[in-house]
Amino acid sequence: MSAILNDETKKVLVTPLVNDNPITLQVLGICSALAVTSQMSTSLIMALALTLVTACSSAAISAIRNHIPSSIRIIVQMTIIASLVIVVDQILKAFAYDVSKQLSVFVGLIITNCIVMGRAEGYAMKNPPLESFMDGIGNGLGYSLILIIVAFFRETLGSGKLLGIEVFKLVKDGGWYDPNGLMLLPPSAFFIIGLIIWGVRQWKPSQAEKVEYKIMSIAHGEGGHH
Amino acid sequence: MENYISLFVKAVFIENLALSFFLGMCTFIAVSKKISTAMGLGVAVMVVQAITVPANNIVYHALLKEDALSWIGIKGVDLSFLALLSCIGMIAALVQILEMILDKFFPALYHALGVFLPLITVNCAILGGSLFMIERDYNFGESVTYGVGSGLGWALAITVMAGVREKLKYSDIPAGLQGLGITFITAGLMSLGFMAFSGIQL
Repeated sequence: MSAILNDETKKVLVTPLVNDNPITLQVLGICSALAVTSQMSTSLIMALALTLVTACSSAAISAIRNHIPSSIRIIVQMTIIASLVIVVDQILKAFAYDVSKQLSVFVGLIITNCIVMGRAEGYAMKNPPLESFMDGIGNGLGYSLILIIVAFFRETLGSGKLLGIEVFKLVKDGGWYDPNGLMLLPPSAFFIIGLIIWGVRQWKPSQAEKVEYKIMSIAHGEGGHH
Repeated sequence: MENYISLFVKAVFIENLALSFFLGMCTFIAVSKKISTAMGLGVAVMVVQAITVPANNIVYHALLKEDALSWIGIKGVDLSFLALLSCIGMIAALVQILEMILDKFFPALYHALGVFLPLITVNCAILGGSLFMIERDYNFGESVTYGVGSGLGWALAITVMAGVREKLKYSDIPAGLQGLGITFITAGLMSLGFMAFSGIQL
């Protein structure tokens, strides 16, 4: 195990989780993070699919990186990614038809998910296959982490269930919890991700963005003398 | 005709690609700092969307759909699993062609939109539009309406967002929420506003 997990591999596997998270810091792959998170089950499938596609496409692209002419590299990367997504899509249709119906176009949209392209372009083109594979897994896990947190809040607060199992007993079934319908609607996803970003940046202040316009506070005693 | 108008309004407001399906979010967040650039990107997305959705519709109905190849005598072939690959290829090719045409015949427009065009290939709003078209089985007329409408809706959303952010930079925001965080909260509030359209029945 330690032979595979040398320092570089460990680094690329762990840093995307919090320190360099694809969603909260690199601003990649937000579309699907928001769209599929109203239920935990769809989020888990989506997270798994994206992690696999990112890892495999990074490994494949990195394996042929020295043979791709740089002028057509985007097309080559697109083709590899699209082929992998087709495989994932067909597998989902065959073995998890209900989930694939719920995810609708979002499985296909993994192709244009910026995480996959971003890692291919930013890491896999410069590094050997094994590290690229691990980098893909790491970034996929960072993405999964955010997805699972968001889905956890949306599903428990929105429908009182988690993975379809009752957590809070709803008022309409004679319980005490009145579900918050907003959590199932699109806006809540924006709010939750916004708050997660706030939390992460409060915890790690180095990630905070610079202020463009500093608001000057008028010091006491000045400004009042006219 | 009524059918088309209702589809158009639905595509622009009720099923706004950016605010209720979260498509094209990465560019939506990244390029909405100034109204002028946001509008340029919005127009570019609208044009590309209006061309690619009908084009993908033709390809899908003529080549990929089940039994679509019967016009050249091949029966029982279902190539619809290739839709993803053909859509993204079509989009990449059309964006490239559009870029060349603009460069040759409308240099002013090319310089205004130039930087955004390559970005559009990987904008999920464009691919999403084509995939929704396939999933909902639109015919050609509907696909034109949907393409224009959804593009316009996206352009509208990003322009409004840029307007809000231009004012927002003067406000006093907690350090951790600065930038990306507050942008998400704003987008959430805007999306809440667009939810109000969902009651409209046409």
